Amino acid sequence: MEIVMAFVCGFLFMAAIYLILSRSLLRIIIGTGLLSHGAHLLILTMGSFKGSAPPVLKDGVTDFADPLPQALILTAIVISFGVTAFFLVLAYRAYHELKTDDMTLMKGSEDHE
Amino acid sequence: MNNFLLLPIIIPFFFAMILMFGQKNIAYQRVTTLLGLIISIICAAGLVMNVHENGPQTVTLGNWPAPFGITMMGDMVSSLLMLTTLVLAFFIVWYGFESIGRKREQFFYYPGVMFIITGVNGAFTTGDIFNLFVFFEVLLMASYLLIVLGGEKAQLRESIKYILVNVISSALFVITVAFLYSVVGTLNMADISLQIAEINQPGIITVIAVLFLLVFGMKAAIFPLYFWLPGSYAAPPIPVLALFGALLTKVGVYAITRTYTLFFTHDLGYTHQLLLILAVLTIIAGCIGALAHFDVKQIIIYNIVIAVGVILFGVAQMNEAGLEGAFVYLIHDMIIKAALFMLIGIVIYVTGTTNLRKMGGLIQTYPALGWFFLIAGLGLAGVPPLSGFIGKLLIIQGGFEAGNIWSSILILASSIVVLLSVMRIFIYAFWGEEGQLSNEVQKKTYNRLFIPTALLVVLSIFYGIGTEWLMPFMGDAAKILLDPSIYTDAVMKGGE
Repeated sequence: MEIVMAFVCGFLFMAAIYLILSRSLLRIIIGTGLLSHGAHLLILTMGSFKGSAPPVLKDGVTDFADPLPQALILTAIVISFGVTAFFLVLAYRAYHELKTDDMTLMKGSEDHE
Repeated sequence: MNNFLLLPIIIPFFFAMILMFGQKNIAYQRVTTLLGLIISIICAAGLVMNVHENGPQTVTLGNWPAPFGITMMGDMVSSLLMLTTLVLAFFIVWYGFESIGRKREQFFYYPGVMFIITGVNGAFTTGDIFNLFVFFEVLLMASYLLIVLGGEKAQLRESIKYILVNVISSALFVITVAFLYSVVGTLNMADISLQIAEINQPGIITVIAVLFLLVFGMKAAIFPLYFWLPGSYAAPPIPVLALFGALLTKVGVYAITRTYTLFFTHDLGYTHQLLLILAVLTIIAGCIGALAHFDVKQIIIYNIVIAVGVILFGVAQMNEAGLEGAFVYLIHDMIIKAALFMLIGIVIYVTGTTNLRKMGGLIQTYPALGWFFLIAGLGLAGVPPLSGFIGKLLIIQGGFEAGNIWSSILILASSIVVLLSVMRIFIYAFWGEEGQLSNEVQKKTYNRLFIPTALLVVLSIFYGIGTEWLMPFMGDAAKILLDPSIYTDAVMKGGE
């Protein structure tokens, strides 16, 4: 299972990097989304898949999943959700103001020599 | 158990929420912000005294035993940094009354400032590595707001890059924490330190150390990762720039310092040597940038990069003098960078340009501004009675003690470059023929900008002259950085 997850995470990172390196702003944002998905899956994998039972602590229970990675993923998902929403709104506004969504046209500046 | 420690985080958070209401009423916004900051400053000062008398304070939230609950840890390092943060925020907010503009004041500028302080103070205090990530996100989210607030073209363009860089570094942070968790099985920083000491830092931990350097280095702007900083920091208005320049990179520096003094102390030959090399390269890159530009903002922004290098050089020595110097220099740099950004903000206000070539002869019309800039510039370079001197002296002493002779000499040489870069501003802007002057300058506005700036410069002078009184505090901070067992004992035994 860990091997499969390693490939899934690796594939997500690969796709994310490909998208982030593209010119279009929207593709970049989707890339950041995939990057955080990869990171979240990685946390899940790092918590190991030993237990199949729910993460409830009770005396004498030996087969339980580690609850901490799940809590971490939940936090990280909420944060990346907020950041992605903000990023999308910003991209929309920037597209309106700058009249482009092409990152290569966004470098340099008009007010510096 | 001492909940007092949480006040410098909770009070700004509380005031930020209050400030989200009544956003159009500027008088209310200003008074409430200053009130919140003053109360927080009093609490932080109380915390510093408390830590000085009673040693490190810890709170483990929800009364869980130490390695399980989220621990907040107030030692001398974090409490002094919190106090500095709040004092600087006070001056920057005061300065911003005249320069930030009414539109920004009505659209959540003050809540943004309070949230960023919540995040910064939280990041300084937390004793849990994942909680550090969360507080990083709090301060980053607020910084996204502040950097884009106003919606000018340059701001939109640069904030996209800023956010992208930070989103990637946050993802890397999560990945690194996941790796660390899988190796040591805990997130509590004190417990991580103990676990790593127990397994004697195998190779995988060194890999994680380098990953952490990458994550925090992106925020602290160390050598290969500082590329985003000059462009992004030049976009927002001066008070926001001062806030970012004084606080945000320093949070990254603090995080590197904390992880490299608490966790990764068993393979100094690799991790700290890498840190040393990167610090030296950072200084060189910053020096080149600071000399290459004729834009006053850019010159000071590149000086941030140099200072980051100098502080991390001190950290990389891992001896008492080096760490104490790094800490003294860290606080000095926060104060002096805020002061310098505020000063060049006034220069930009009275000339109407950021280009040095168009300026000139300001010393005739604004003599006080010129002299204060000179003092701040000399302080930045570390001329003896002023505040940069002691920190740099200790860092270089640490460098010599650790046997890094050549790189220590390079740090000394970099001071000359720093001095040259600020003297260039002084010579071009204040000497010579009368250059461009803005027609819109009002004496009243100028004075209101100048008073907080002058007070902050005076504060930096006192920080330099009064180092003798501050040394006991600095010594406490260096001790806790040098000896992880003080930190771990305080957390693991205090939580019982």
